[in-house]
Amino acid sequence: MLTKDQAGDIFNRIRKLSTADEVEVLFSGGAFALTRFANNTIHQNVAEENHVVSVRTVFGGRTARATSNKFDDESLSWVVAASESLAKVQHPDPDLLPMPDSREAAGAVGQDQFGEAPVPANTIPSRHFAATAGITPELRADCVSKIVGVAEKHKLTAAGIFSSAESIEGIFNSRGLSDWHTQTLAEISITMLGADSSGWQKANSPDAANLDPLTLGETSAQKARESSHPQEIPAGKYTVILEPAAVLDIVGFMFWDYSGMGILDQRSFLTGRIGSKLFGENITIRDDVAHPLQSGSPFDGEGMRRRRVPLVENGVVKRVVYARATAERMRRSEFRDKAGPIQATGHGFALPNEMGEMPLNIVFAGPQNPQTVEQIIASTERGVLVTRLWYIREVEPFEKILTGMTRDGTFLIEDGRVQCGIRNFRFNESLIHMLSNVEAMSEPVRACGEESFDMVVPAMKIREFNFTEATKF
Amino acid sequence: MKHVANWALDIAALRGASYADVRIVAQSSRALTTKNGKVGSASDAESVGMSVRVIADGAWGFAASDDLSRAAVEATAGRAVEIARASARVKQHDVQLAPEKAVTAEWTTPHKIDPFTVSVEQNIDLLLKVDSELRAVAGITLAETNLNFNRDEQWFVSSEGANIHQTKYSTGAGYAAYAFAGNEIQKRSYPNSYGGQWQNKGYELIEELRLAENARRIAEEAVALHHADQCPEGALDIILDSSQLGLQIHESVGHPIELDRVLGMEANFAGTSFLTLDKLRTLRYGSELVNVVADARQEHGPGLGTFAFDDEGVPGQCTPIITNGLFTGYLSSRETAHTIGENRSGGTLRAEGWNRLPMIRMTNISLLPGHEPLSLEELIAATDHGVFMQTNRSWSIDDKRYNFQFGCEIGWEIKRGKRARMVKNPSYSGITTEFWNSLDAICSRDEWTLWGTPNCGKGQPQQVMGTGHGAAPSRFRDIKVGSAYRGS
Repeated sequence: MLTKDQAGDIFNRIRKLSTADEVEVLFSGGAFALTRFANNTIHQNVAEENHVVSVRTVFGGRTARATSNKFDDESLSWVVAASESLAKVQHPDPDLLPMPDSREAAGAVGQDQFGEAPVPANTIPSRHFAATAGITPELRADCVSKIVGVAEKHKLTAAGIFSSAESIEGIFNSRGLSDWHTQTLAEISITMLGADSSGWQKANSPDAANLDPLTLGETSAQKARESSHPQEIPAGKYTVILEPAAVLDIVGFMFWDYSGMGILDQRSFLTGRIGSKLFGENITIRDDVAHPLQSGSPFDGEGMRRRRVPLVENGVVKRVVYARATAERMRRSEFRDKAGPIQATGHGFALPNEMGEMPLNIVFAGPQNPQTVEQIIASTERGVLVTRLWYIREVEPFEKILTGMTRDGTFLIEDGRVQCGIRNFRFNESLIHMLSNVEAMSEPVRACGEESFDMVVPAMKIREFNFTEATKF
Repeated sequence: MKHVANWALDIAALRGASYADVRIVAQSSRALTTKNGKVGSASDAESVGMSVRVIADGAWGFAASDDLSRAAVEATAGRAVEIARASARVKQHDVQLAPEKAVTAEWTTPHKIDPFTVSVEQNIDLLLKVDSELRAVAGITLAETNLNFNRDEQWFVSSEGANIHQTKYSTGAGYAAYAFAGNEIQKRSYPNSYGGQWQNKGYELIEELRLAENARRIAEEAVALHHADQCPEGALDIILDSSQLGLQIHESVGHPIELDRVLGMEANFAGTSFLTLDKLRTLRYGSELVNVVADARQEHGPGLGTFAFDDEGVPGQCTPIITNGLFTGYLSSRETAHTIGENRSGGTLRAEGWNRLPMIRMTNISLLPGHEPLSLEELIAATDHGVFMQTNRSWSIDDKRYNFQFGCEIGWEIKRGKRARMVKNPSYSGITTEFWNSLDAICSRDEWTLWGTPNCGKGQPQQVMGTGHGAAPSRFRDIKVGSAYRGS
């Protein structure tokens, strides 16, 4: 693994090669391994090591980036020259700011009128676990063997993955800023397949000790067994119970819009709506990199330390996040009075980019009276329990109508009990409508899916969820 | 590079691998974008590395490294064998590869102009000219453009004696105009949405696309959509333009014919397929007019799925997928060919880069054009009542590839053979085989375009791959239109 000291040496070599006014260097990469299984067999099993150096140079308001995965002198000369030659032919960008120094990145400079100082480094729990970094192919295979054992016990077929990774993320710039983040991540995803049904579970954590493959396997198997011989019920509006992974995958489609740049570009569904009560009273969402169930780097693409940002409070959209330049542009723009508190929040992407920024550490607040999924089912006279959503896409961007399918465990609930598995549905549902109709929630948990990034979200019971068609299985 | 590959092959053999192949890949890319009159991003990237794929104890192992020193290459090969032995702890049977003649070959994507030789200034000037045209139309609130160039050079060397050096070029370009007004965002894109048109070509593609010449019209359509009526709902005849039909082919033919999906290998992520093995040569996939091929050969055209050899050294081929409506073929690999009674791979195994395992990917999955001369305007003239839909806006399909729903950017209601009015938010949905069986007209070769889909995701870890899809505008009868907006 590349260390911060080694990266610092590379940065110094790059500085000597560069003739630019300013230089910024990002480092990323690490070691990644994934064991994949299907039909009760390990059929793919991979490992890689790779580190990337990415150089941004600035000449009089013009900037560009070049990237390489080679650190020898010739490659570093190429990456600097490529960045500089791309930058020099740009038109000057009046919105480009000088790179931040370490004081600004830490929040010691500039206005802080909104009471949300950057998260202190010492309050963020370590996200690097040596035991996770040391997971071997043999250990992964033994874990898969146990999962396959669960499948065979239930006369099912198992498919899935067990991956482990150790990664670094670092930034250095010519104004003296430097920051470094190391992390590990282990992930298990399991699909159990029956003759006409399937069940799924997925979990990940920086600490592999938090993962319980046998419980994940047994829950997947239970879903596959209980959803066998699926019944077809007509499409329509149903009360649904979305398990946390299903909530994560659908709500994830709105967080690109919690961006100052999205407001400036008038592509966000929050354009003109910040300060409005858009969702139900029971919806409160924040971005919080320091949350103990979160993961990821505490600084953004320019090295700015992330702040906690309250995005939604009791259904009212309070704020969006800002990169430095976006905040400056917003202060001068016609939208500034409808943009909420304007302040760089440490959520910018690496420059140059078109999207600006995005909250990536989403945490839903728990309800006053959290219920378990079992309790929510017991309180439901008639409804649909959804394990997982799939192939979600945006149909209409301003009302945030999304379409997608249920998958791997969809059940009919009647009289407070799971009655049977049902054929999967297509939904067309507005996120605004959905988050205005949440009747009950569980305690939020760290969830992961396939359509959106990891979040801390609850299970939700939602009335009048709009299923428009059923498929054939 | 062969000597570097041999370091890995020697170690793999020494450690007991029964088969090994090595890919050394050097990738270069340039991405330029503009947004509302300014350069949005400008970046060059290169990535160089190698990977070793082995069979040991009858199971697969794969390891990759960015370090091409002898010590690192040998360590990577050793790691691949260790991983294969770990895989062998959980197996039902040994991996068997269909035989393939090992060849020594050299191939480069035919191109007239190396896109990396065109100055960045010229490219930015072009994008800013398009941007200016888009924003000259009152009501446009966001204009975005992009140019992308890629060069992938690969050395493939196997323990069976293959030694193949291929260099692929791909070029892409496009733009989008957004109009926000009231409570509505409308968008038009050219020549296609989500990145435009992509082909395995040089810079000559950019010159062919006539980007600036179409910008004003596209922007005017985006604004005009705000004044258009909502697309009618119900069972209607629809005509799809060739780009939307290309994506329809991708989702409802290309993915379900991937044999690894069919065999359950993708069950945890991308899903499986309704095309179980019993359906080969028995399923009536579409109407008699439907002829689909998977064609990686140069003669099919410069699609993103065009190559000389796949990433396990098998020559690019043409496989009939749907023949006069009958389902006739899958996409296969050396490992999977035997499951459909074939003794040779269909040549479809490809990897995103040096650090990814090759897997079955679409090549150019194309609907062949109609035999009889038929232009789009003639097809519209021959349609009594329906909707002509252009340019994809949203797409979704279930994990067995039955139920799909697509939205398009713009529609035109057809009445008595004429485009009666523009309609906004057109969408349609259906079940794959029912849909393809409803096809009753395909325009002829003059209307056929080989589109590129640069962003097809599959696999764990996920890989993004470019695929090609040739199509001509076609008509489908009695399709469910508009349910995307019903009740939501």
